[in-house]
Amino acid sequence: MADDKTSLDRRGFLKYAATGAVAAAVPNPMHAQEHDHDHDHDHDHQVVPSDPALRTKALESLLVEKGLVDRAALDLLVDRFEHKVGPRNGARVVARAWVDPAYKQRLLIDAPSAIAELGYTSGQGEHMLVVENGPRVHNLVVCTLCSCYPWAVLGLPPVWYKSTAYRSRAVIDPRGVLREFGTQLDEDVEVHVWDSTAELRYIVLPERPAGTEGLNEEQLAALVTRDAMVGVSKVVPPGAKA
Amino acid sequence: MNGVHDLGGLQDMGPVRHEKEEPVFHAAWEGRIYGIDRALRFMGKWNLDAWRHQIELLPPADYFRMTYYERWLQVNEQLAVKHGLVTPKELETGVPDPDSAKATPALTAAVAAQRLGRGIPSSHDPKVPPQFKVGQRVRARNMNPTGHTRLPRYARGKLGIITLDHGVYLFPDTNAHFQGEKRQHVYSVRFTARELWGVNTSPRDSVHLDMWDDYLERT
Repeated sequence: MADDKTSLDRRGFLKYAATGAVAAAVPNPMHAQEHDHDHDHDHDHQVVPSDPALRTKALESLLVEKGLVDRAALDLLVDRFEHKVGPRNGARVVARAWVDPAYKQRLLIDAPSAIAELGYTSGQGEHMLVVENGPRVHNLVVCTLCSCYPWAVLGLPPVWYKSTAYRSRAVIDPRGVLREFGTQLDEDVEVHVWDSTAELRYIVLPERPAGTEGLNEEQLAALVTRDAMVGVSKVVPPGAKA
Repeated sequence: MNGVHDLGGLQDMGPVRHEKEEPVFHAAWEGRIYGIDRALRFMGKWNLDAWRHQIELLPPADYFRMTYYERWLQVNEQLAVKHGLVTPKELETGVPDPDSAKATPALTAAVAAQRLGRGIPSSHDPKVPPQFKVGQRVRARNMNPTGHTRLPRYARGKLGIITLDHGVYLFPDTNAHFQGEKRQHVYSVRFTARELWGVNTSPRDSVHLDMWDDYLERT
């Protein structure tokens, strides 16, 4: 892992890990909050503020040393979601649907199988639904209760998707949220919000922008953004300002 | 449980802050706790519904104060203790109890990779008949369970129409508490924005929620 900047020796690490874990075992958030900033303490504390990096390190060490988890398994899981799975997967699915009407039909009817055709299957992507935007319909995806998101095709969600602001407002004020993303919809467009309350995962099939007739599948995929596949923005043609 | 995690419809949460060129993880520890979380869940001591409920049990002030992965860290520590993977003392000291038995076999990278390919259990089991059908008008039940539920407050008591039958899934309200899978159908239910939020919303807009049989009643 790459966060060894602090270069703690083992004794130092255990000391820090232990103090972090004390705060973890006896949560005292207000106390921790007051001492979030760095400063020298010249007075005694019963509970030392916890650092999530050190607490995470302590938990990882325990799990590895107790023989529960191989560190290599953790490396694989992190690497997969930091480097291998991401919105480029979804963009390829969208571009294929734009250029191949038969594929698009399969995608809308049975998204998991159509997405698997391109080699993407994992984790939360098993029960996927693709919802299609059109001139009169705009789709927007949210999870008001937690952070459900189509990991297999979009990777892990951005912070804004998991934020209390987005989760609370997307269902009651979708047009206001869309405006904050620079997406202005006409009055006569229907907004369909999809609140991911079960194990179905939603991906928006955006409209193919005008003026892209000459582009090939790869060039089209390069235009497709994560935000467009969540539904907060549209896909813009090359050269246009987002 | 009517907890603060049930955010749909609140209006005082400020603007949505969009970060340009956002990294997947903002710090190395976020990646590690993500990996730890997935690995521990693969061990099968707790299920996804129980995990979600553990997050919902965070005190409200903590829930809002913590970042996303700080919540993950907190609940993984709690669940690891609750299910006997580590002791509170070990978390305190950061060193394994010398008397604790070494667990074998450890979750390996090969097993983790294999488990990543496995999805959430569901089925189209013909032995579990649907209670409702596509096109039917339904009402979301007015219920306030004190445990885990995936029926948001903003939809309770509201009228909607079933647009899709997704098949059979585990029932989170019981599964989260290890009280059985109680498998049943899940539907996409469409509610108009006006039904949910009143006349000051667009007559064209709607919200779809995925709902289990036990969340719905006939009108």
